[in-house]
Amino acid sequence: MPTVYGVALNDSATLARLGRRLHEPPYQAPPAAPVLYLKPANTWAPDGADVAVPAEPGVVRVGATLGIVIGRAATRVDRADALSHIGGYVVASDLELPHDSHFRPAVRQRCRDGFCPMSTVFPASSLSDPDQAVIRTRIDGQEVHHRTLATLVRSVPALIADITGFMTLSAGDVLLVGPPDEAPLARAGQSILVAIDGLGTLRHHLVAEAA
Amino acid sequence: MKRGRVLWQGAAHAVEPADGGVRLVDSGRVLREDELQWLPPMAFRTIFALGLNYADHARELAFKAPAEPLVFLKGPNTLGGHRGVTHRPAGATFMHYECELAVVIGRAGKRIPRSQAWAHVAGYTVANDYAIRDYLENYERPNLRVKNRDGCTPIGPWLVDAADVPDPMNLALTTTVNGRVTQRGNTRDMVFDIPALVEHLSSFMTLSAGDVILTGTPDGVVDCAVGDEVICEIEGIGRLVNTIAAPPAASAA
Repeated sequence: MPTVYGVALNDSATLARLGRRLHEPPYQAPPAAPVLYLKPANTWAPDGADVAVPAEPGVVRVGATLGIVIGRAATRVDRADALSHIGGYVVASDLELPHDSHFRPAVRQRCRDGFCPMSTVFPASSLSDPDQAVIRTRIDGQEVHHRTLATLVRSVPALIADITGFMTLSAGDVLLVGPPDEAPLARAGQSILVAIDGLGTLRHHLVAEAA
Repeated sequence: MKRGRVLWQGAAHAVEPADGGVRLVDSGRVLREDELQWLPPMAFRTIFALGLNYADHARELAFKAPAEPLVFLKGPNTLGGHRGVTHRPAGATFMHYECELAVVIGRAGKRIPRSQAWAHVAGYTVANDYAIRDYLENYERPNLRVKNRDGCTPIGPWLVDAADVPDPMNLALTTTVNGRVTQRGNTRDMVFDIPALVEHLSSFMTLSAGDVILTGTPDGVVDCAVGDEVICEIEGIGRLVNTIAAPPAASAA
C-alpha cells in the first residue's frame, strides 16, 4: 500500500505571514528541514467523492495542491536527478479543519475520512515544469483561489532531494507539495473543483457529517 | 497464539515459538531465531504513534502531559524486523530507543466508545520507536525527520493474540543497552490508556483491521552508540533485539 505525504509550511506566503512568530517561542527559528505529515488510507477519496464535514466547525480548508506520484524508489536523490523519480501527477484537495498551531501534528484536523480526494494519475510528461504549475480552485462554479507553485519554499526537485535525504519515497507513494497559504474555506453543500492547467481536474462535494 | 514472519532460504514463512527456537509453521522445521531474517510480524496499514503518553517521560522531557493524545503517523519505510539494525545518522549527538507496546486493530470501527474498544483489538507486539533528537524542530513536533527514517522502528518479533494477554494495561516494559537495564516502566502508567486511544482516534477517523498504535514510551531514554545492542522487552509480548549501525555510505542527515 502506498503512503501519501504532505508538506506543511511550504508556501512562502505562509512563512511571510507568520513572520516574527517563527522566531519566537516555541518555534525560535523557521523550519530547517521539510515539515511532513501523512494522509492515511482512510483519507483517500476518488474524483467525484462526497466528503463529510463535521458540524463543528462546519467548514474545511480546501488545500488545492499537486501530488507527485513517485515512479521509482528514491533515497538520497540529488536535486538534479529528482525529476527522473516522478512517475506521474495527481490533482489533490488536501482538506483540513482550520487550525492555527504548527506545534503539534494536526492529525484530528487532517486525517478525517475522505479528507484527501485525489484525481486519477496523469503521466509525468503532462507537466514540463511542475514548479510553474498553476492551480485553480472553484467553489460552486466560481473561481475563489488560484496559485502558482513558483512560490513554494522548496521547489519540487528540492523537496524530493531534501526528503529523500532522510527517508525513502517508494514507487507509488504520493508527495503533496503543500497547501497554499490561507486556503479557501468551504462548507457542506458546496461543490469543489480543483484544476491544474495543462494537467487535469478533480471534483468533490462536501456533505454534512451524520450526527 | 504468537505468530511472526521471517525470511528463510529466500522465502517468507510464518513462525511460532518452539522449544529450542522457532518453528516454521508450514514445514514444522525448528530453527534458532538467530538463523532467520525477521520481518515485521504482519503488513500494517496506518501506523499511529503517541508522544508523551507516559507521565514520567513527559516530565523527563520537561513537558506537561498533553490534554489530548499527541498522535503522529509514520510510513511503512520506517519499520524493520527483530534482530535487524538501525542506522545512527552521521553527526547525530542524541539517538534514543523508545520501548512501546504496539496495539493492532482487528476490527474496523468509527466512534468506538471506550466500553467497546477492547473488541476492536486483535493483538499486541513490541516496537522500538527510535528518535534522533538532534532533528527535533518544534514544527509538527515530533517531525518526520526525527521519527520516520528508514528502519528506525523495529517491530516484533511476535504478534500475540489479544485473548492471550489478560491485562494489557499492566505489563512491565524493560529496555537494556548492552545488557544494562536503562528503561523500566509499566503500561499501567499510560496517560491515555488503550481504550482512550481507540476512542479518541475513532472519534474522527475510521480505524481499520491492520492499523497499529504505538502507545508511547516511559522514562529512561538514553543516547545509543554504533554497535550497541538494544533489547526492548514487554512482559508476555516479546523481546525485540536491535543493533545500532553506522550510516550507509554517503548518507545525508
